[in-house]
Amino acid sequence: MAVSSAYLARKAAKAEKSTKSSAKVELKNSGLSSDEELKAYYDMLLIRRFEEKAGQLYGMGSIGGFCHLYIGQEAVVVGMEMSAIEGDQRITSYRDHGHMLACGMEAKGVMAELTGRQGGYSKGKGGSMHMFSREKQFYGGHGIVAAQVPLGAGLAFANKYRGNKNVSMVYFGDGAANQGQVYETFNMASIWKLPCIFVIENNRYAMGTSATRSTAASDHLGARGEAFGIPSEQVDGMDVRAVKEAADRAMEHCRSGAGPYILEMMTYRYRGHSMSDPAKYRSKEEVQKMREEHDPIEQVKARLLKSNRASEDDLKKMDADIREIVTAAADFAVADAQPDASELYTDIYKVA
Amino acid sequence: MPTILMPALSPTMEEGKLAKWLKNVGDQVKSGDVLAEIETDKATMEIEAIDEGVLTAIMVPEGTEGVKVNAPIAVIREASAQPSPGASAPVSPVKGETQKEAQSPAVNQVSPPAGETVVRSTTGEGGVLSDPEIPAGTEMITMTVREALRSAMSEEMRRDKDVFLMGEEVGQYQGAYKISQGMLDEFGPERVLDTPITEHGFTGIATGAAFAGLKPIVEFMTFNFAMQAIDHIINSAAKTLYMSGGQMGCPIVFRGPNGAAARVGAQHSQDYTAWYSQIPGLKVVAPYSAADAKGLMKAAIRDPNPIIFLENEILYGKSFEVPNLEDWVVPIGKARVARAGTHVTIVSFSIGMTYALAAAEKLAAEGIECEVIDLRTIRPMDVETVVESVKKTNRCVCVEEGFPRFSVTSELAAEIMTHAFDYLDAPVARVAGKDVPMPYAANLEKLALPNVDDVVAAVKGVLYV
Repeated sequence: MAVSSAYLARKAAKAEKSTKSSAKVELKNSGLSSDEELKAYYDMLLIRRFEEKAGQLYGMGSIGGFCHLYIGQEAVVVGMEMSAIEGDQRITSYRDHGHMLACGMEAKGVMAELTGRQGGYSKGKGGSMHMFSREKQFYGGHGIVAAQVPLGAGLAFANKYRGNKNVSMVYFGDGAANQGQVYETFNMASIWKLPCIFVIENNRYAMGTSATRSTAASDHLGARGEAFGIPSEQVDGMDVRAVKEAADRAMEHCRSGAGPYILEMMTYRYRGHSMSDPAKYRSKEEVQKMREEHDPIEQVKARLLKSNRASEDDLKKMDADIREIVTAAADFAVADAQPDASELYTDIYKVA
Repeated sequence: MPTILMPALSPTMEEGKLAKWLKNVGDQVKSGDVLAEIETDKATMEIEAIDEGVLTAIMVPEGTEGVKVNAPIAVIREASAQPSPGASAPVSPVKGETQKEAQSPAVNQVSPPAGETVVRSTTGEGGVLSDPEIPAGTEMITMTVREALRSAMSEEMRRDKDVFLMGEEVGQYQGAYKISQGMLDEFGPERVLDTPITEHGFTGIATGAAFAGLKPIVEFMTFNFAMQAIDHIINSAAKTLYMSGGQMGCPIVFRGPNGAAARVGAQHSQDYTAWYSQIPGLKVVAPYSAADAKGLMKAAIRDPNPIIFLENEILYGKSFEVPNLEDWVVPIGKARVARAGTHVTIVSFSIGMTYALAAAEKLAAEGIECEVIDLRTIRPMDVETVVESVKKTNRCVCVEEGFPRFSVTSELAAEIMTHAFDYLDAPVARVAGKDVPMPYAANLEKLALPNVDDVVAAVKGVLYV
């Protein structure tokens, strides 16, 4: 990830020391080394700042169509990515900006895709919901609710077919969890033992419908895997440590050839479903409570400061670095040229 | 004395092989006893007695091929000995397949071996002209469409280990229509995968595997069931290359029988050619002959794009000459002039070619020479070949089995109007299926489908004769 390596190196010595001195306690309480904690902080903050900027650009009319922000859910992708190895794939829905940044795709290319410019990851032809990176093994960006679930299992199928040890991370929401194709996929993933982690990002609302109104037995969606013999865990998706620990277990399970695994991440989105959603279906107090008591970034920040692994100044500096990256991305995304008119007819068929 | 008749064991079966008698003349037979094994081009089935008595005669010895449905094959004298003259036993009920194991020797006998002439053939077979793509002097072998498809898939799977076949009953069952017969044996369960009955899900999984660079062949038992999966075919497979700015790719073949079979009603008898041909990002192939089925299937598997490969159940058992070449590949996107003529152009594809060629034959007897074009690929459509022919004949009849509105033939008519308007001496005529859901009743079904006489009448219509 694009964490300033100098910054990390500088922090490393200090962190190393504190890790060593309280190694046992830290493993038990945190599961994250100082480096990991700092990286998690950086990665989550990058997503937060990026999304804030995207929201701003949307308001200014630079981003069109649909735009689904990931603010509040950052710990899920960041924790999962900490467990991934080279070659692992990831695939998600249309709420995808965070997933792209977390796997190392560049802010510039993502933002320029949001504005529909030639320098975007899809040359401006995909938009917010449809972006891909072969290099980073990011397979979209899918606009049809739950379509990514069998597609992601297909990526896992390819891993198994080729006999490698890679795992496919398949993200979907509590709303998608009611789609039939999810269970068709669970069935096949289980009988074929596909190395696939189904990450249910349960943010409690399927667009504007709360899980309690739309979903049977909504208190534990992961348990739906039991019917297919797929183990599952319910995880505090606001706590990046918990996510990372669960991800480690899931990855180990999948890499061992034991088949798929479900992680139900209990998370929360602060913003509406999309930019045009005023979120009248929930109270301001509910959102406020999550922000104040469970914010994934604030949790890490508090730990870093409390354990003296970073100072306020360190974190401010990090924030400034991130804002710089995000501002540069936004500047590029509004200045970059629109795709050439000739692009209208390219990329429809691949030439052998 | 009930007479046992050769049973029809599938909607399209017209004849079969009496593979084996399990009872001998003189044997006592009880209701439910298995009398014989019948091989169709799809499966080996057992027939049971529904009458009790003594088997007094066997009219068709075992090993006989081409036994027509409803032909008398045996007689049982009832134990109660109350002969009722003229009363024949109805067709014996089907018990089920005898072949369960891939290794079962019976399985390997289901279809005639490659090269053997299949008894059943219909008009039009003689209409296959020599193909300019086939090098002169090439040896030709007779092969059914079914065998051609199988040999194309097998050759490509031998050639490229990224190619695999998945679908319902493709493995142990040896294929619902026996297209994949024997392939499980050769390639193993990792590459010939039986799926649960879950089209939406397995189409998504196959598409994901193609995103990752594998080259799946997805068999739909019929394309009617692919409607459950059409979101992945269109939204996931067809559009992703574009939506990714050219980064991704989806080398996948979706194949299976399309269109009407026989007497299976509205939900199992739809032609989807026009549906898929509407979608940028898909290529749509619908061969008629075995040579094209083989060559186009090989091209489809090698193509880096999602291909809709529309087969036809009625054509599976039909035999054609196929060039005996080591690597017979027919390019996607090229029509073929199947019969040369000067008076009228007839354009069709898939099973529509049977009507087109038979009509041309009939009309030739009246001195009307039709040029018959087999589109073979529907998208991208080889408009040029059609237009060149129309410029010569000045008249055109387009034939398909699908629904007539917003159809392949309406597209053809529009293209011909655009590119050959000044050459037309008559409006383009269209012969298509009727604008109704497919009825079940035999007479109504016949009325709903186009036929040779419809094509003859349309040709005479554009000639004003």
